Amino acid sequence: MFAAWLSGCGPGGDQKEAGTPGAAVAIPVGHVASLTGDTATFGQSTDRGMRMAFEQINALGGVLGRPLDLLSEDDRSITEEARTAAQKLLQRDQVVALLGEIASSRSLAAAPEAQRARVPMISPGSTNPRVTEVGDYVFRACFIDPFQGTVMARFATEELGVKKVAILFDFKQDYSVGLADFFRKTFTSLGGEIVADERYTSGDIEFRAQLTTIRAAKPEAIFVPGYYTELGLIAKQARELGIDVPLLGGDGWDSEKTLEIGGSAVEGYYFSTHYAADSDSPKVQDFVRRYKEKYGATPDAMAALGYDTAGILADALRRAGDTEGAKLRDAIAATQNYEGVTGRISIDPARNARKDAVVLKIEGGKFRFYRSVPAS
Amino acid sequence: MEQFLQQVLNGIAWGSIYALIALGYTMVYGVLKLINFAHGEIYMVGAMAGYYTAHALGFATEPSLTGLFSVLLLSMAACALLGAAIERVAYRPLRSAPRLASLITAIGISLLLQNGGQLLFGADPKFFPALVTSRVALRAGTVAVSNIQLIVLGTAVVLMVGLELVVMRTRFGRAMRAVSVDAPAAALMGVPVDRVISGTFMLGSALAAAAGILVGLSNPKIDPLMGLMPGLKAFVAAVLGGIGSIPGAMVGGLLLGVVETLVSAYLSSTYRDAIAFVILIAILLYRPTGLFGAAQVEKV
Amino acid sequence: MTRGARTAAVLVGALLLLVLADLALPRLINSYYVTILARIGVAVLAAVSLQLVNGFTGQFSIGHAGFMAVGAYTGAALSVYGGAPLLAALQEWLPAPVARAVYFPAPLLAGGLAASLAGLLVGIPALRLRGDYLAIATLGFGEIIRIAILNIDAVGGARGFSLSAPAGVDLRYESLGLIGGVVAISVAVIARLCYSAGGLAFRAVREDETAAEAMGIATTRVKVEAFAVASFFAGVAGALFAHAEGYVHTNSFSFVRSFEIMAFAVLGGLGSLTGAALAAAVLTAAPELLRGLGEWRMVLYSLLIIVTMLVRPQGLLGSRELTLGFLRRRPALRTPEAE
Repeated sequence: MFAAWLSGCGPGGDQKEAGTPGAAVAIPVGHVASLTGDTATFGQSTDRGMRMAFEQINALGGVLGRPLDLLSEDDRSITEEARTAAQKLLQRDQVVALLGEIASSRSLAAAPEAQRARVPMISPGSTNPRVTEVGDYVFRACFIDPFQGTVMARFATEELGVKKVAILFDFKQDYSVGLADFFRKTFTSLGGEIVADERYTSGDIEFRAQLTTIRAAKPEAIFVPGYYTELGLIAKQARELGIDVPLLGGDGWDSEKTLEIGGSAVEGYYFSTHYAADSDSPKVQDFVRRYKEKYGATPDAMAALGYDTAGILADALRRAGDTEGAKLRDAIAATQNYEGVTGRISIDPARNARKDAVVLKIEGGKFRFYRSVPAS
Repeated sequence: MEQFLQQVLNGIAWGSIYALIALGYTMVYGVLKLINFAHGEIYMVGAMAGYYTAHALGFATEPSLTGLFSVLLLSMAACALLGAAIERVAYRPLRSAPRLASLITAIGISLLLQNGGQLLFGADPKFFPALVTSRVALRAGTVAVSNIQLIVLGTAVVLMVGLELVVMRTRFGRAMRAVSVDAPAAALMGVPVDRVISGTFMLGSALAAAAGILVGLSNPKIDPLMGLMPGLKAFVAAVLGGIGSIPGAMVGGLLLGVVETLVSAYLSSTYRDAIAFVILIAILLYRPTGLFGAAQVEKV
Repeated sequence: MTRGARTAAVLVGALLLLVLADLALPRLINSYYVTILARIGVAVLAAVSLQLVNGFTGQFSIGHAGFMAVGAYTGAALSVYGGAPLLAALQEWLPAPVARAVYFPAPLLAGGLAASLAGLLVGIPALRLRGDYLAIATLGFGEIIRIAILNIDAVGGARGFSLSAPAGVDLRYESLGLIGGVVAISVAVIARLCYSAGGLAFRAVREDETAAEAMGIATTRVKVEAFAVASFFAGVAGALFAHAEGYVHTNSFSFVRSFEIMAFAVLGGLGSLTGAALAAAVLTAAPELLRGLGEWRMVLYSLLIIVTMLVRPQGLLGSRELTLGFLRRRPALRTPEAE
C-alpha cells in the first residue's frame, strides 16, 4: 500500500472523478507561469488568456469529448523554480502537455524536463531561439528574436532615422542578452553605430551609473531589451539625469506595469510586440471585448498569446485524436494557418511560428498601435 | 570629468542611504556588542510602512512635501516601536547567553521578517508612490541633480546631524555612550541600562525606516526581500568606518556608495554587489578597527 | 571470521545494496519522490560537514553554500567539458550503468578538492578572526564566490549551467544508490574524525581556544584543517546536487541557503552529527511533502530557530549522538558531555 502511495499514478492517468459516474475525465494541461515576483504580469496575463480559451472550448463540449483542465504552477519569476514547477506538473500531475513559459530563461529551464518526459511543450511567448533547440517536443507560438532584433534595428534607422544608439541590457536573462545581440548585429550592418553598451542584472534598482556612462556617449536613442519592472525604473532615472532621447524595447515591455511604474517618464517610447489591443481587426476587437468583460482589464500581448497557445493545443489534440505524447507532438508540428488573435500561426520545421510583429508607441499614458512589420 | 562628477554625486546620494542604515548597526553594536542581523529588515518594513501609509492617507494620488514628511515621521515611529519590540522579545533574554546564541537569533528574526513580510505584504514588488514629482533640479553642463536626490541628501544630513546632537548633547546620549563603554559600570552609576538599550534600538530603527522611505522615493521598487543586500552592505559600511563609531558609520556609508557607483560605471555593474564584500574582507584582515575605530584589547 | 574477511563482507554487502537501490528504486517510486530523496541526501551531507566546523570546532561559518557552489560548478564543468567524451568512451567498453557508476565519482572528487582548496584560501585568512567577525567574513566570502561564478560565462553565468551532453551520454545522475553511498561514507569519515583521539583537538578549540593554545594545540592548524575537510564535503554535496538536478544556478547557493544549512546544524544540536543529519532530513522533506505549505515553510523555520534559541539553545540532541549502541555490546569511546 505504501508503495502504491509512493508510486502515484501511472502515465496517462485515467482517474475517475469521484462521485460522478459517467462524467468525462478531464485532460490535465500544465502551465508553468510567473504568477508572482518581478515579472508577475506575464504569468498572470498568460494564465488568464489560457483560462478564457479553455472555458470557451469546454463550454462547447471540450476536446475528444473531455473538458480541458488547466493546472498552473507558479515559478515566482525564478529560473530554477520553473524547472521544479515543470517537474511537479509532469511527474506529480501527469499532464499531457506543458504550456509556458514567457521568459526565455525559464522556458530553457523547463524544456529539458518536458523533452525528457516526452511531453509536448508550447511556449506562448519565449523569443530566444535556443528554447526550441532543446528538443523535438518543444514548440513556441510566437516569433523569435533574430526577427525581433531586426524589427527594432530597422525601426530605429528607417523610421526614427537614428545612427547612434546605446544599449542597456539585462545580463541575467537569456532573452535580453539574445535580443541585444541580434539588434547589435542588424543595426551595425545597416550602418548604425553602437555608442555605448551597458548591462544590468534583473532585480537591480539603481541604474544611474550605467545611464550616466550612456549619457556621456550622446546616443540618439537607447535600446533597452529588458523586462518591464527594470524598464520602468530605468525610464524614471534616465529622465532624472536629463536624458531625453527615446528608449526602444522589445516585447518584454508589454505590461500595464510599464505605464504604472514609468508614469510620464515612458512617454514617447517605442517597443515591438506580438499584437496591439487597439487594432481594428474584428477578431482582436472581439477578444478584447470578451477579456474586458471577464477580467475588467485590457488584454496585453501575453494574454493574447496565452489564448492562442491554448487554442493551438486544443486544435492539435483534436487532430491527433489522442493525448499520447508522440501523436500530440506530431499534430502540433503540423499546425498550419491557425487563425489566432495574434495573427495567422503556422509552425515551421524548427518548431517556431512565423508571425508578424507590431511596433507600439507609448502616448498619452497608453500603448498605441504604430506600425505593423510583416514576418521576414 | 563631468561624467566622473556625476557618478560621484550619484554615489553620495546612494551612499547616504547606506549611512542611515549603518548608523543603526553601529549604535546597537556599541551598546550590546551584537550584530543586529534583522536591521536590514527594519529598513524594509519602513519602506512598506511608508507605502501603506501613503496610500491610506491619500498622499499617493496627490504628491506633496507635507505628505512626504508625514509618511516619513509615521514610518519612523512605527519602526522605532518594532525595533524596541524585537529587542525586548528576542535579544534581552539572551543578554547573558553566549554571543553565538544572540547571533543565531538575530538571523532567525531576519528570516522571520523577510518571510513574514512575503506573507503579509505579498511577494510581488510594489511601487512606492511618487510623493514628490521627480524632475531635474540643478544642472551644470551635463551634470544633473534631481530634486529627489536633493531630498535624499538633505534628509539624511538633517537626520545625521540630529543624531549627533542627541548623542553628544543630551543626557540620553551620554547614557548611551556610558553603556557602550562599560555597561556594568554605567548600571552601578545609576544609568537605566535596559531603557537605554531600548532607546538605542528605537533610534537606530527610526533611521533605518527613514532610509526605507528615501529609497522608496529614489528607487521606487520595494519588496519584502529588499532589505537583505542593503542590510549586509550597510553593515560593511559600519565596519569600514569602525564599528561602534557614529561618524565612522556616516563616512563608511557615503564611501561605500561612491565606490559601488564607480565600480558599476567603470568596471561592470555585475560586480556591484561583490565590491562591498571585498572591502569587508580587506578591512577585517588589514584594519579590523575600521577607519575611525579604536583598537580593542582582547581580555582572556 | 577474521576482521579482514568481515570488513570485506560488509563492503561487498554494501555495494550490492547500492546497486540494488540504484536499479530498483526508480521503478518503485515516482521520480518526483526520487528527487526529494536526492535533495535530502545533499542537505544531510551539507549539514553534517558544517557541523564539523560550527558544532565541533566552534568556528561560526555561515558561508557554507559558497563551498557547495564551488564543488557544484567544478564538478559540472568537468563533466560537460571533459567528462562527456570520457563517459562516452567508457560506455563503449562497459554496459551503461556500470560505466556511469565508474565515471561519476570523478566529478564528485574534483568538486570536493576544488571546494577544499577554496576552503583553505578562505580559512587561512578568515580563521584569524573570532566570533561575529568570523561569521561575517565567511558570509562575505560566500557571497564573493557566488558573484564571481555569476560572472563566468563559460559556466552559464547569470543564466545557469545546464549539464547537457551530446546524445547517448546522460550526465544527469539521480542515483539514490550513489548519493546514499557517498553520503553514508562521508558521514562515517566525518564521524571518525570527530570522535577519534585526534578529534578531541577540535572540541578543545571550541571550548577555550586560549587554553588549548596554552596546552600546546596548534589551534590555527586545527581550525584550518576542520575548515578544509568541511569544505571538501560541502563541495562533494554541491557536485552531487549539480548532477542530480542536471542544471546548476548560483541562486541555489545564496546566503539564504547558508542560513538554512546553519539552521539544520543548530536545530539538530551543535555538537551532534546525527542531530544535524536528522534536522536536515526532516526539514528538507517536510515542505516538499506538505504541499500548500509554501511560503509558511520559511516562516516556520525562522520561528523554530528563534524559539529554539530562547527555550532550548542546545537544539534537539545537544551534543549527543543517535547511536545504535543498544544493538552492540562493545563500549564506545566515551567523552565527557559538553553542554
